Amino acid sequence: MQTTVVREQELSQVKSHIKKERRQLLIRRFLSNKLAVTGSVIIVIILLFTFVGPLLASYDPYELEAKQRLLEPSDAHVFGTDNYGRDLFSRVAYGAKVSIGVGFFVAIITSILGMIIGLYAAYYRSLDNILMRLCDGLMAFPAILLAIAIMAALGPRVENVIIALSIVFTPYVARTVRSSALVIKEQTYIEALKAQGAGATRIIWVNIAPNVISPLVVQATFIFADSIITEAALSFLGAGIPAPAPSWGNLLYDGKMVIFNAWWMTVFPGIAIMLTVFGLNLFGDGLRDLLDPHNNKAKK
Amino acid sequence: MKGYILKRLLSLIPVLFVVAVVVFLIIHITPGDPASVMLGPEASPREVAELREELGLNLPLYQQFTSWLAGVVQGDFGWSIFMNEPVLQSFFSHLGPTLSLAIFAQLLAVVLAIPFGVIAAKRRGTIIDQTFMGGSLIGISVPSFLLGLLLILLFAVQLRWLPVAGYKPLDAGFFLHIRYLILPAIALGAMQAALIARMTRSSMLDILNANYIKTARSKGLKEKIIIYKHALRNAFIPILTVIGQTFGTLVAGAAVVETVFNIPGIGQLIVNSVERRDFAVIQGTILLVAISYVLINLVVDLLYGVIDPRVRLNRK
Repeated sequence: MQTTVVREQELSQVKSHIKKERRQLLIRRFLSNKLAVTGSVIIVIILLFTFVGPLLASYDPYELEAKQRLLEPSDAHVFGTDNYGRDLFSRVAYGAKVSIGVGFFVAIITSILGMIIGLYAAYYRSLDNILMRLCDGLMAFPAILLAIAIMAALGPRVENVIIALSIVFTPYVARTVRSSALVIKEQTYIEALKAQGAGATRIIWVNIAPNVISPLVVQATFIFADSIITEAALSFLGAGIPAPAPSWGNLLYDGKMVIFNAWWMTVFPGIAIMLTVFGLNLFGDGLRDLLDPHNNKAKK
Repeated sequence: MKGYILKRLLSLIPVLFVVAVVVFLIIHITPGDPASVMLGPEASPREVAELREELGLNLPLYQQFTSWLAGVVQGDFGWSIFMNEPVLQSFFSHLGPTLSLAIFAQLLAVVLAIPFGVIAAKRRGTIIDQTFMGGSLIGISVPSFLLGLLLILLFAVQLRWLPVAGYKPLDAGFFLHIRYLILPAIALGAMQAALIARMTRSSMLDILNANYIKTARSKGLKEKIIIYKHALRNAFIPILTVIGQTFGTLVAGAAVVETVFNIPGIGQLIVNSVERRDFAVIQGTILLVAISYVLINLVVDLLYGVIDPRVRLNRK
């Protein structure tokens, strides 16, 4: 009896050691991947800006100051002021929360929905036809146009932007999950489990789901980036987040009105969008190389 | 080949059906009564009731769908309340600028991206390759409307080389037409160019390792002939896929870029219709765009068969 306890202890020690080794290997591989490292450095900088920026901003992003309209960048206003005299640094910093928040929620919601749809479509052939035709249909719309149409119907609110973008991007996640799950489903060990009488729910969630996580995470990173772009475009077109709220798209909309007089109103929010999306794309590319070295296809 | 075409055509039916259902439902996910949303807050209850009757909103949902679908199949895409004309007419009167812009952007992207991709593949791992690929990653990261704004700032506001915004139809003269389209086309084509360049590079890399390329080399063929005649031709299928798949995105992207440059195309029509709550136009336009997207992909698929006979033999 005692020897089994000792053995189990040894075994768990060995197991934890293997786990540690594996983790170290993954970290080393991550650090040797220049894309992923650069991407994550950019993302960390952006996140710092998102959370620390508003604390540094000494002005209220909504405060109108008629005398301070369209001031060039200076010591008092690092990014200058906008056409209503609002401090642009404050607005870009608070806007980061809105824009990145939308991207984050869309990435999470599409991951969950896409995973459920993709897994069940892969497992049940009869569901597959219906669900995938639905996805094909939704993917026949160019993303931004479908988002505009949904927003036109739902009305301009932050929650609605998240809903619209989730509807638009879920099919892409579902497809990715489904194609990975189909490969796993054909493996012998799944057949063995079935022969042993394992239930469908168990096989789907315990045995197949963990294997689709890597492609899912990579896809979610790209969706994060795409949502930020699409939200900015929607708000820029006036069909996104309603006006006084400082999302990056709204800042660009204001900037376009005064593009002749105030370059800073276009350049600073623009840099914020570019950096964030660039960081996420780099990170996604690096992550894909890391998690799946065989897959060297170009994006999408 | 005939069987292949027929099979592809049949597979479109379910997709188009889903597209139609989604477009139909858009008006019905409006919180509240679509008729009163369309007419705005000042409308009287009688006007709302009249519009409900006119739009058939009092009928059961499936009846509304079938009668709407029957109209669409016969080419009736609804009636624009604001412009007081059939949606199809508004669509076609705005189509020219969008097509002009999308085609010009596509041409620009293809002409630039394919040589860049080929050169990057030929010099894999060198500084040139890394610069091109880094540049293409930036190209993917800059949304077209933002690039448009930055181009306006640089070339129109600072340097004053090109017009800030606006559109001149082809009738006004070819060069004037192009002059107004240069900035929008660069803004729109940049992401496209980046995607095509990446695809060209990766599919060229695959093919340059193939045995028949080695054979061609050992025969002593000139490098130029190997690259452009033997390799590029076979690398073309994935490249064509990207071009086809993203053409729909290009038309959609044109919608946003048009707003930046004040071009009276489909995009502006949709954006203005959102402001005017002209749902029939929104529905009709995105339905037409989605249908053209599906058809363009079909054409691309069929083109594979022309370029690569193996496709039409295998897929029968």
